[in-house]
Amino acid sequence: MVGAGHTHALYLPGTSPLHRARPQCKIAAGLLFVLAVVATPREAFWAFGLYALALVGLAMVAQVPLAFLARRLVIELPFLLFAVFLPVVGHGERVEVLGVSLAVGGLWAAWNIVVKGTLGVATSVILAATTPTPELLRGLERLRLPTVLTTIAGFMVRYGEVISDEVRRMRIARVSRGHDPRWIWQARAVAASAGTLFIRSYERGERVYLAMVSRGYAGSMPVLEDMAATRAQWLAALALPAAAALVAATAWGVRP
Amino acid sequence: MTAAGPPPALEVDGVAYAYPDGHQALYGVSLRIGRGERVALLGPNGAGKTTLVLQCNGVLLPGAGRVTVAGLPVAAEHLREIRRRVGIVFQDPDDQLFMPTVAEDVAFGPANLGLRGADLETRVKAALAAVDMEEHADRPPHHLSFGQRRRVAVATVLAMEPEILILDEPSSNLDPASRRELAEIVLGLDITTLMVTHDLPYALQLCPRSLIMNGGTITADGPTADLLADADLLAANRLELPFGFDPAALRARS
Repeated sequence: MVGAGHTHALYLPGTSPLHRARPQCKIAAGLLFVLAVVATPREAFWAFGLYALALVGLAMVAQVPLAFLARRLVIELPFLLFAVFLPVVGHGERVEVLGVSLAVGGLWAAWNIVVKGTLGVATSVILAATTPTPELLRGLERLRLPTVLTTIAGFMVRYGEVISDEVRRMRIARVSRGHDPRWIWQARAVAASAGTLFIRSYERGERVYLAMVSRGYAGSMPVLEDMAATRAQWLAALALPAAAALVAATAWGVRP
Repeated sequence: MTAAGPPPALEVDGVAYAYPDGHQALYGVSLRIGRGERVALLGPNGAGKTTLVLQCNGVLLPGAGRVTVAGLPVAAEHLREIRRRVGIVFQDPDDQLFMPTVAEDVAFGPANLGLRGADLETRVKAALAAVDMEEHADRPPHHLSFGQRRRVAVATVLAMEPEILILDEPSSNLDPASRRELAEIVLGLDITTLMVTHDLPYALQLCPRSLIMNGGTITADGPTADLLADADLLAANRLELPFGFDPAALRARS
């Protein structure tokens, strides 16, 4: 049967201190850490080394295998491709590397994108690996994100699978009737399926709303439990971005 | 209505309804369901069953006639209380279960009624226990099997402690074991139930009394076994017993 016993793509169940931390603390800490990383001057190699070490340490505490982390980092590849072009097409002073003439400014820009992008993605991978999606949403709500947005995000998570399942069934039904789209002019059936899917999802939306109204929904989601974090929890969570901010400030200070 | 005794759980009196596009779905429907009764509403597709169900909690309001739930008329000014009293379990559990976890979904209804904290938790626990799903409280609904999702959908409504439970096609898409499990759960509930279905054996198993609906009116009302044994009545209402089902055995039972 659909949906019985499949795995999460991003979440790794566990009981580490990182898993137990309040989601709003983790989200805020992650965001501030990334801000500190981005604010660091690109020449300060040692600072990025420290950030990377901190993230590896965090992954160890959270029992997130580094191989898992590395696999998840693949998602940033399309962005890195862009960075690869910068040294080639850049203007200004140039250096020869293995016989290829590269722009120095472009190299710095590429390094900047690669290192900050990787550290940022690694931070969010660790956050997602230690926080189940519903908790992430509740954390965002605690951080005063408008409930309309968290509610919509919640529906997306909930119905994404239902809809992709519908897409899969429609595709199988098409293929079973001999449809074998290879060329663009054969895309008509796919386009028609997309239209049908839209109508069906729209109708499902109406039915979901009807079911919600039948259970007393009057326009706002009830707040179910108080997830407030204590001062100690906030302090523990913010220690990492505070340290990162210190590193970033030092990097600016020692800059030649 | 007689003066003696409590009002019936559900009373529908001469209800007619036409959809905005002009399609007339109900032509003067009247029925009465007493407290604690389990009644099946049988009828072919398009008979107006679902339209009638939506009249019961005020999602649709009748063009003529009136509906009362445990004495309270269905009208715009007390929809909130009406929706607490009438618990509808819709056909597709994916329409009903939309919260990130089972427990939150079950809590949605009572939380809308203003329950919080320990009271809310007790309600949720009791409702999940009633459908034997306590151990799945913290799982996301889309990780459950279809039968489990339907049971959770029943719990979401039970948590509101309704006067009447309305099940829309409860046996559709269930495998035989899930179907039996759901039947056991429904039989174990101490609550007035209206079950909308065209699964006649299921009606016979769960509901002593049945109503037959066709073309927007109630065409028969009586003990389920008697109605199902009347081949002419079933044929006139586009209802059929499954292959191999013996009407004579039904008559012997009634």
